[in-house]
Amino acid sequence: LAPWVPVVGLEIHAQISSNSKLFSGSQVQFAAPPNSLVSFFDASLPGTLPVLNRRCVEAAVMTGLALNCSINKKSLFDRKHYFYADLPAGYQITQQRVPIAVNGSLSYSLCIDNKMSQMVTKTVRIKQIQLEQDSGKSLHDDTRSQTLVDLNRAGVGLMEVVMEPDMCCGEEAAAAVRELQLILQTLGSSQAVMAEGQLRVDANVSVHHPGEPYGVRTEVKNINSIRFLAKAIDYEIQRQIEELENGGTILNETRAFDSKLGCTVPMRDKEGKQDYRFMPEPNLPPLILYDAKSLPANMNHQQVINIDWIHERLPDLPSVKRKKLVEQYGILPEHSFTLLNEDGLAEFFESVVKETLMKPKKVIGWILKDLLSYLKQHSLTVKESPVSSFLLADLLNLLEKKEISSTAAKQVLAELWKGEGKTPLEIVKEQKLELLQDQKELEQICQAVIDGHENEVIMMVLG
Amino acid sequence: MTAWPGQPGRAGPQVRDRVRDRDKDRDRAGALLRPTALSPAAPAANGRPPSWPPCQWCRGVLRQDGGARPPRRGKERGRSAGVRRRRRAGRAMLRASLRQVSAALKEGRVAPTELCQRCLALIKSTKFLNAYITVAEETALKQAEESEERYKRGQPLGILDGIPIAVKDNFNTAGIETTCASNMLKGYISPYNATVVQKLLDQGAVLLGKTNLDEFAMGSGSTDGVFGPVRNPWSYSKQYKEKSVPKSHSEDEESNWVITGGSSGGSAAAVSSFTCFAALGSDTGGSTRNPAAHCGVVGLKPTYGLISRHGLIPLVNSMDVPGILTRCVDDAAVLLGSLAGHDPKDSTTIQDDFKPFELPNLTDVSKLSIGIPKEYHAPGLSSEILALWSKAADLFKNAGAKVVEVSLPHTPYSIVCYHVLCTAEVASNMARFDGLEYGHRSDVKDSTESMYAATRREGFNDVVRGRILSGNYFLLKQNYEKYFVKAQKVRRLIANDFVKVFRSGVDILLTPTTLSDAAPYTEFIQEDNRTRSAQDDILTQAANMAGLPAISVPTALSERGLPVGLQFIGRSFQEKQLLTVAKWFEKQVQFPVIQLEEVKRHDSDVFQHQKSASFS
Repeated sequence: LAPWVPVVGLEIHAQISSNSKLFSGSQVQFAAPPNSLVSFFDASLPGTLPVLNRRCVEAAVMTGLALNCSINKKSLFDRKHYFYADLPAGYQITQQRVPIAVNGSLSYSLCIDNKMSQMVTKTVRIKQIQLEQDSGKSLHDDTRSQTLVDLNRAGVGLMEVVMEPDMCCGEEAAAAVRELQLILQTLGSSQAVMAEGQLRVDANVSVHHPGEPYGVRTEVKNINSIRFLAKAIDYEIQRQIEELENGGTILNETRAFDSKLGCTVPMRDKEGKQDYRFMPEPNLPPLILYDAKSLPANMNHQQVINIDWIHERLPDLPSVKRKKLVEQYGILPEHSFTLLNEDGLAEFFESVVKETLMKPKKVIGWILKDLLSYLKQHSLTVKESPVSSFLLADLLNLLEKKEISSTAAKQVLAELWKGEGKTPLEIVKEQKLELLQDQKELEQICQAVIDGHENEVIMMVLG
Repeated sequence: MTAWPGQPGRAGPQVRDRVRDRDKDRDRAGALLRPTALSPAAPAANGRPPSWPPCQWCRGVLRQDGGARPPRRGKERGRSAGVRRRRRAGRAMLRASLRQVSAALKEGRVAPTELCQRCLALIKSTKFLNAYITVAEETALKQAEESEERYKRGQPLGILDGIPIAVKDNFNTAGIETTCASNMLKGYISPYNATVVQKLLDQGAVLLGKTNLDEFAMGSGSTDGVFGPVRNPWSYSKQYKEKSVPKSHSEDEESNWVITGGSSGGSAAAVSSFTCFAALGSDTGGSTRNPAAHCGVVGLKPTYGLISRHGLIPLVNSMDVPGILTRCVDDAAVLLGSLAGHDPKDSTTIQDDFKPFELPNLTDVSKLSIGIPKEYHAPGLSSEILALWSKAADLFKNAGAKVVEVSLPHTPYSIVCYHVLCTAEVASNMARFDGLEYGHRSDVKDSTESMYAATRREGFNDVVRGRILSGNYFLLKQNYEKYFVKAQKVRRLIANDFVKVFRSGVDILLTPTTLSDAAPYTEFIQEDNRTRSAQDDILTQAANMAGLPAISVPTALSERGLPVGLQFIGRSFQEKQLLTVAKWFEKQVQFPVIQLEEVKRHDSDVFQHQKSASFS
């Protein structure tokens, strides 16, 4: 029998990093006291109207450009209806018909066989990016059978990034999401911290035989880290294959990933099949964007978003940064991935390189083997490192000038981690770790050793 | 449920009591109304179009001196001449136009508090009209006092300072109940003011209260609200009583009163009965123009996007506009000037600055081209309105204007198209009323879903529920293309009809506002709301579809002595032209002032000090 081919597509909700919500002036803030960031509009008080936040539109345009999308110069908002306690209006404002960005792509790399030395680059197509409102949060208190609603999150701007089913395993999906996360963080369009819910990933998974149509797919939700994303997808693929091989069928259902059990379980779907009764949002005119050509001459700047202007100001994306690192410093491509994977690590590396005589190729070893593993061991971010790039550069300079041995350098580094404010040179002096440069001094030391060990010397001379 | 700042209050016991009292009063008022002795009505000219009464077309004969009728002998026996004079002056003041009373305030001939108190007293004595849902006596007096201070300091805020106004109860008013005449929002106190309300208050207007309507503005009679129907003040006018067929039994008086039209019937009745100088309505399919026509007042529906909808509880967002009800066209222009313009809180308002204008006195209409859309000769149009319409066309023609018949070919599809678009938006807009954040919440607690269902069943009347159901049906995935998208396309065709006609050189369209004069309540409720709305909106809602400005101007009295209005529809954002023409027309027709007959009430303390209730 032909092998099974898994197919994986992703729907990613990225919370837009903005001061205020998508359609209201309420502040956006993680972990604020419940219902402290709720405007009349967010609470859906009758008569309130949405007013689009310019910053959110710019973030979506930036993201769309970074993901090689075509930006729709005219996009529309729609209402998606369903009743839920944390959706006060009874509908979510989204972009179902004409989203802000379409037809993009995302290139990501992953290593084969867990060896960092063999990396392949793949591409997933981006179907669309749409702007939409986040919902509030429901907290179910089962013992008292009540539901508590926090509307702080209600109305926060989201970008929904829809990826085509171009992936085939958990590792690919994880690598794609990681790359997207890096892009969003580089752009600043989203903080994209999964643990804080700023990046939420749902995976659509199915399996089929080659040459046959796609199988029935399930949607896996409740995934809150990239590691779990890979696990959840791989579990679901395996489950579907086993189910089908045992003569079973796959239901088109929503499943939740249980991170403790490491498996997916069907989610209780109370309402059954939903008809969202989409309708154009009548309170928002079409969202019109301009480029340099179409920009009207006498229009209020506050009211105009120029795609070209945003394009020119896009920062270097991770792929470009990696390429530059490889070309400029001669490091291995896989090392450039590691450098970008940790927030601030590439910058750390670059400033060390700038301050030291040591070749970048050698510096990278210290960065990745020593600094990074220490930080990982102690669960520290690069910014929290007790050893600044200057201290490390000092140390590497001592090594490069052959004032200390590499063994001594490690000793000094170990001392530096303590963060007692000493310079590498002070530590070297204190612990007398210098290498001897003066031949006479060396001869004297040797002589002293010889003199102090007369018997041994005689024994050696005699053989 | 955790509370958040600014959570609106729920109805407390006081509110409930007040509502009960209101109902009690209404019942009493209804039961005790009795016919007033009148001179026999002139025989109606049955079967043929009414002759054009010259007195209504030129100033002089009938209403030249409409205000200061001598008090009837015996009514004010025992009162001093001074008291009578003041009383007369006060009554005349209430009948003045907004601009006139504003001038009086400025010149110190009347004080804002006195004006406010007089309005409040009249609201009390005309309570049986049921025009108001909430009378904000305390805050109104406070606002009047503040206004008075400003006048004393010589620093009034402008033409609206101290002017008593009323607002339809589907506009949010901070601190004053906003009910939409629905159980769903009974007792709901909004934490914010609608932009239009805020603008009025910022200009010193005195907000007397909130006026009655059909529940959530869904209706054309102002008969389908939870606080009961609004009675047309003309039901109690000398003009109506003289002409309506005398009944043999006095009980029939009760069944004779006519509706105001709707859904802004409370606002129209309030302006018509002189309890306020201007009122806000809303207009989605004709809800301002229709009751304006039935109540003999001016009803303006501005261009969509000219006035902010922020704070107007929506019916159909893409068609709703705040409407203006006034005694005359000039007053409508004043209100428009104070309300129009961009609102950052409503993205559908125009960005351009709006410049308030004063209306010129048009002397020459020869450059005007008036279009008469033949499709508005709709089935059911009464012969007398048809006759009035052609009289009006002749009026323009005789004054030198070009009057041309035009065609708006898609008009007949307008109502059914409107029905689909309206119910779809209603279904969506009403989704927020789930009992969680505000408004009515059912006691049913079996599950969130059952609570939703019970809340909405208890909170909405049949009309609202019916529209929600059909709207959701039209929005279902399998129906969306078939109904909603098709209706949108038809809407575009209807809008294009207007564009073509205006492009052909026509400046203003002249049409009837309603098919007939106001129906007696008992007759009106024979048909259901949907049928009624379809009939009553037929001449008005195409302007909403196209977003165009339109105004109903009181034109003449029908054979039954009830007001009839004609409608002018203008080009988008060409309100000045529209109102200028309307003002010219208004001047020509000299619509008679309502002569409100005394309403005798045997045991009402409210009327004890108001024996002479004939305030015409």
